[in-house]
Amino acid sequence: MTMGDRGASVRREKNVLQTLLGKEGRKRHNHPSKNGNSIMRTDTMVPSASEPAANEVCDCTERSAHISADGFSVFYGDHEAVRSVTLSIPPGKVTAIIGPSGCGKSTLLRAMNRMNDLIPRTRVTGKLFYCDQNIYGPACDPVELRRRVGMVFQKPNPFPKSIYRNIAWAPKINGYRGDLDELVERSLRQAALWDEVKDKLDKSAFALSGGQQQRLCIARAVALQPDVLLMDEPCSALDPVATARIEELIHELKTQYTVVIVTHNMQQAGRVSDLTAFMYLGELVEVNETRTIFTKPGDKRTQDYITGRFG
Amino acid sequence: MQISSRRLLDRSFTAAGFASIALMGTALIVLLFPIIGRGIGAFVFRGTVEHRRLQLEQFAHGDPESVEFEVSEALAARRPVYDMVDTFKNELESGGFALRRKYADRVAELEDRLRDLFGPAPGDPRPILLRDQYGQVRWDRAEVKLRDLLTVESYDYSNPNEMGQKVLTPRSEGFAGTSLAQLFPYVEEHVDEMLRPRWTFYWRFLTNGSLDAHFFGGIWPELLGTLYLTIGAILFAVPLGVISAIYLVEYARADSRLVTVIRSCISTLAGVPSIVFGLFGLAFFINTLHVSPSKSVLAGSLTLGILVLPLVIRSSEEAIRSVPQTFREAALALGATRWRAIVAVILPAALPGILTGIVISMGRAAGETAPIIFTAAVSVGRPLSLWDTASQPTPALPWNIYNLCSEHEAVDEIRHVQFGMVFTLVMLVLLLNGVAIFLRARIGKKLRN
Repeated sequence: MTMGDRGASVRREKNVLQTLLGKEGRKRHNHPSKNGNSIMRTDTMVPSASEPAANEVCDCTERSAHISADGFSVFYGDHEAVRSVTLSIPPGKVTAIIGPSGCGKSTLLRAMNRMNDLIPRTRVTGKLFYCDQNIYGPACDPVELRRRVGMVFQKPNPFPKSIYRNIAWAPKINGYRGDLDELVERSLRQAALWDEVKDKLDKSAFALSGGQQQRLCIARAVALQPDVLLMDEPCSALDPVATARIEELIHELKTQYTVVIVTHNMQQAGRVSDLTAFMYLGELVEVNETRTIFTKPGDKRTQDYITGRFG
Repeated sequence: MQISSRRLLDRSFTAAGFASIALMGTALIVLLFPIIGRGIGAFVFRGTVEHRRLQLEQFAHGDPESVEFEVSEALAARRPVYDMVDTFKNELESGGFALRRKYADRVAELEDRLRDLFGPAPGDPRPILLRDQYGQVRWDRAEVKLRDLLTVESYDYSNPNEMGQKVLTPRSEGFAGTSLAQLFPYVEEHVDEMLRPRWTFYWRFLTNGSLDAHFFGGIWPELLGTLYLTIGAILFAVPLGVISAIYLVEYARADSRLVTVIRSCISTLAGVPSIVFGLFGLAFFINTLHVSPSKSVLAGSLTLGILVLPLVIRSSEEAIRSVPQTFREAALALGATRWRAIVAVILPAALPGILTGIVISMGRAAGETAPIIFTAAVSVGRPLSLWDTASQPTPALPWNIYNLCSEHEAVDEIRHVQFGMVFTLVMLVLLLNGVAIFLRARIGKKLRN
């Protein structure tokens, strides 16, 4: 499963991880997006997992890529859902992954915080890095990874608990020691939901509308103060009004988080994203700045897709 | 297909479904009606003065003064009857041999009938068996005994082509022309004063111990034994069952051969006849593991636990499997470990289903007879303390229902106890099901808003 070197490097990786994810190491980083054309297909940019890592908190601004894939493939049994994708996702930007159904975009997204582990008979080849940590490396603890790489799902999936406990649960089990009330309020404000629910925090989350539930899920993910927010078609189950609110929210979130969004909706990708990646039949066809992709696509298939000739 | 024939098919299908539901409902009513109707008779009946005396003397219930007053009144009312018998016996003594020969047996039989109805006559030595120390405690039984007193039952075999016909003749005919002939109308007229029947709500039927093999008293040892066995079985089956279900759903790989084998084992276990479980319990828990020297509540609970284990596993498995996958994903995506996700999110969501399975298993365990015959049940026993359950056998409702009607020496005398037990068992199971419905509704509501 793992492509990284095992043995001696494992111990080193563990040290890195501890530094990376340990309590003192948990520092939020602001990432000014100074890198204009930060998306590039680069192999050299990605440090190898066995390379001696700097004994400090991962500073992604220097690496220009927050999450990067290097010849990364995902198999469901014998079916290769993602085919040798090489891609870098820059910090502090919204990256959209578009493509027709079944092109592997959700699979790729779910690989970024190892949600595919839930699906039996899944295996991967190639490398996928979060900062300079191999996500599928032996030293990577998926639980720690998921704290740093949050996820919002296609359908709103709040827990059958109160609104307050929906948000407070994850920080609590992850050992958050600060003021929970304040954290809940801050998270709800970040998700632009505070004003609507501040008087009914102890009501069931199921009493909210679909759009509110989805924003609650975003607040819940944000409450863990992750670095990256993965969104798997977050608006596909919502009406246009709720969709508009979520899109607005994504604009605000990118000031603090790296956002990766998978969407069917090309207009949405155009509205919210800085960069767009187009996938087709498991392959990454093209990545570029969103404006470029939609105006001057470099590949015939991209052009066909965005002009609606297939998909 | 023609629209008319399609409609016909639809209608006949509806009719068949409706008919089967109606059949089931009828069966339920036919079953429950006598159980409830006659079972209530164990609790609500016309109790005689003997019932109140028994309650006072054996269980120390009731107001001593008023009971003693009532007893003395009743005894005073009976006095003339015994006087008449004594007078007649004196007449026989002083009369000739022929007279004695004619009436001695009849008088002895009359005295027996009187003992059946009123208990020992004044001046009799105290009988050894408790059942002989009191008269009829229930008016319905007293009426039967009164009929036996007033009439003589004989069989007419005059027609050789037919079975003997039962003939009832007044007992007074046997004493026609003697001074004792007046006893019968007197008893018939004054029996109310002699027994003083009164409507009684005997709720202590549930909490009184049984006296003299259920002749008197209640069913507390049986009820307690059933509760011990049921709760014990659940204590063994639920942790094992829920953990197995979690393993099967959350941890085991769905397509592995091991899981397939485990699943078919569980199904097989669910289909094994309960008497086999009883023998298994005897052979394994008592004879092999020696959990107790002989039958005990512990061994019975373990056996019942194994019996309901497949039920608990199946229902928990279904409940856990039906928790939406999105809950799992949401919990894991928030940095929860697998175990955390199970404890904090999946189990609470599956709880209504799991609880329903548990309560249904409780009903099953409470009603099972065969497994406890070999491992836990005895016909007569004391109510056990919790400590004794590890080593002592217990009476239990399902076994004693069977035992009373099949092995008891005088089952006709105590039908009401048997019906009372059936009623109590059915109510216990219905209560458990009610609790299941209540819990399910309540938790479901809590989850929704």
